[in-house]
Amino acid sequence: MSAVAGTPIAAADPPRLRRHPWLAVLGRAVRTPRGAAGLGLAGFVAAVAIIGPALAPHPATALLTFPFGKPSGAYPFGADFLGRDVLSRVLDGGWVLLLMAVSATVLGVAAGTAAGISAAYLRGHTDGLIMRTVDVILAFPQLVFALLLLSILGPQLWLIVLAVGLTHAPAVARVIRAATLDIAERDYVKAAELQGMRPGAVMVKEILPSLSTPLMVEAGLRLTYSIIIMSGLAFLGFGQQPPDANWGMMINENRVGLALNPWAVIIPAAMIALLTIGTNLLTDAIGQAALGVDRTAAEAALLDELTPAEGPLSQ
Amino acid sequence: MFTLCVVSVLVFLATQVLPGNAAVAVLGRTAAGDPAAVHRLEAALHLNRGLLDQYWIWFSGLFTGHLGHSLANGQPVWGYVAPRLVNSAVLMLVSGVIGAVLGVALGIVAALRKDGWFDHVTAVGALAVTSLPEFVVAIGLIILLSTVLLHLLPAVSVLPPGSYAWAAPRLLILPVATLVIVIVPYIQRMTRAAMIEALESDYVEMAHLKGVPRWRIVLLHALPNATAPIIQVIGLNFLYLAGGVVIVEYVFAFPGIGQGLVNAVDARDIPVIQFIVVVLAAFYVAMNIVTDVIALLATPRHRIPR
Repeated sequence: MSAVAGTPIAAADPPRLRRHPWLAVLGRAVRTPRGAAGLGLAGFVAAVAIIGPALAPHPATALLTFPFGKPSGAYPFGADFLGRDVLSRVLDGGWVLLLMAVSATVLGVAAGTAAGISAAYLRGHTDGLIMRTVDVILAFPQLVFALLLLSILGPQLWLIVLAVGLTHAPAVARVIRAATLDIAERDYVKAAELQGMRPGAVMVKEILPSLSTPLMVEAGLRLTYSIIIMSGLAFLGFGQQPPDANWGMMINENRVGLALNPWAVIIPAAMIALLTIGTNLLTDAIGQAALGVDRTAAEAALLDELTPAEGPLSQ
Repeated sequence: MFTLCVVSVLVFLATQVLPGNAAVAVLGRTAAGDPAAVHRLEAALHLNRGLLDQYWIWFSGLFTGHLGHSLANGQPVWGYVAPRLVNSAVLMLVSGVIGAVLGVALGIVAALRKDGWFDHVTAVGALAVTSLPEFVVAIGLIILLSTVLLHLLPAVSVLPPGSYAWAAPRLLILPVATLVIVIVPYIQRMTRAAMIEALESDYVEMAHLKGVPRWRIVLLHALPNATAPIIQVIGLNFLYLAGGVVIVEYVFAFPGIGQGLVNAVDARDIPVIQFIVVVLAAFYVAMNIVTDVIALLATPRHRIPR
């Protein structure tokens, strides 16, 4: 770290160093058994969700046979509570869920990162205001806060994305604030400030790139939570409305017929389970890979600096 | 305290941004033909008062139990929510205690046999289970134990009106099992980490050299020094339960505040939503403080002022 920051060229040097670490971390993560399994599972479910609608043998909303019909040649997983083809509905029922989860994650991580960096870098009243807001939002269980927002805003899909994204922001802001507090003290940030760079530019050009590792882990974590909350809301009836297909909703509408055709519940539940297990495994692998990379590089210094600052209870 | 006050204002204001007149919204189409009914409801909801007055009426109601009536079924909010609160509290307490005991026990075993097969199996299992949504776990249990494979337990936990959860313990089994499965991995992982650190310390080695029996070392030397992080994670999991009961209660039709909240949001039953959300938020904040204090007290070196 001192080699990088010690010379006047330091300000020009970091971009080359910075572009690669997160790709390297990702590559390393995917090569571990855990990361490969996670990528495989999440990739499989995402592929089903994305290309599924094109492969569905029947229209997802067509009433084709009798309710909870057993699996047969034409309907490999049987029929749902209205006699619709379960396979077609599973193939069609993932992409909206996935799109909403990804959107909420992007929204939540972006908002949380902006808030976290601003709080840590600008300090003072901005910090106080942002962190008090964070405290208030974190005083609700995430699902309860989403439900409260939905009861105010109404159950439109984009409002659900907004509500879930908002519930992610505070936790992201806390993590990013803690990471930024340390980075803001580094020499290359000081160098940029001395060169007269404006606070906004320092935050975006100097601090943000250094946060790539915590950001990757946060994004993975929030994506898993987004899928869990989104599918949960759909299960509760706050999502797409019938007759659209949605894995969460399918589990709820077909569970009365579990004894007749369990596949109508098992298949959508398995899709959600494989997806969240996959994203969680991948996130875990990224976290571990990031620690491995950091220990060899300049980040070792960061870890040393972080340890005493963590507070007495963290040991 | 500050947080709680802001929360109460926020929850109250949430209802004020509803577009249009709440009374008209509640009465729906009949409102147009019956201005007198709108008027009556406005008076009943205190909508004809100023904003501050309305807030004060509601806020003082939180302490006196005069919270108005549910818009969906006309029952007093307190009378409607109170039995549900008791049921949810029973569910959370039973799940939390079983989960904590089981999690700590499994964590100690994993720490003692670090890198053994048990440690590896629980590590993979914990990672998988922590990624699952609660309702998937619940549905999995229903498939396994009460519908498709076996028929051991009731798939729904509908209580007769007026009775409490402890009157029918069999109905509690599946909801409790779901919540326990969801929280045990977190407690297990944290206990394992804290115990490994404690077991590798100098004082444990010293006890070994002195010839102290192994069970004494584990329970009396290592465990007390691992309590602070374990208490914190148990506290965190009680927090989690406050949100987790919502969906689990809905799955099993268990009459608690979670199911009440979902129904109220569905019916836009504002007084009920307000009350349940404030109660959950208050529990959340209180639990946070309690956890911090207990963790502080459990760490001997923090009791001494510096």
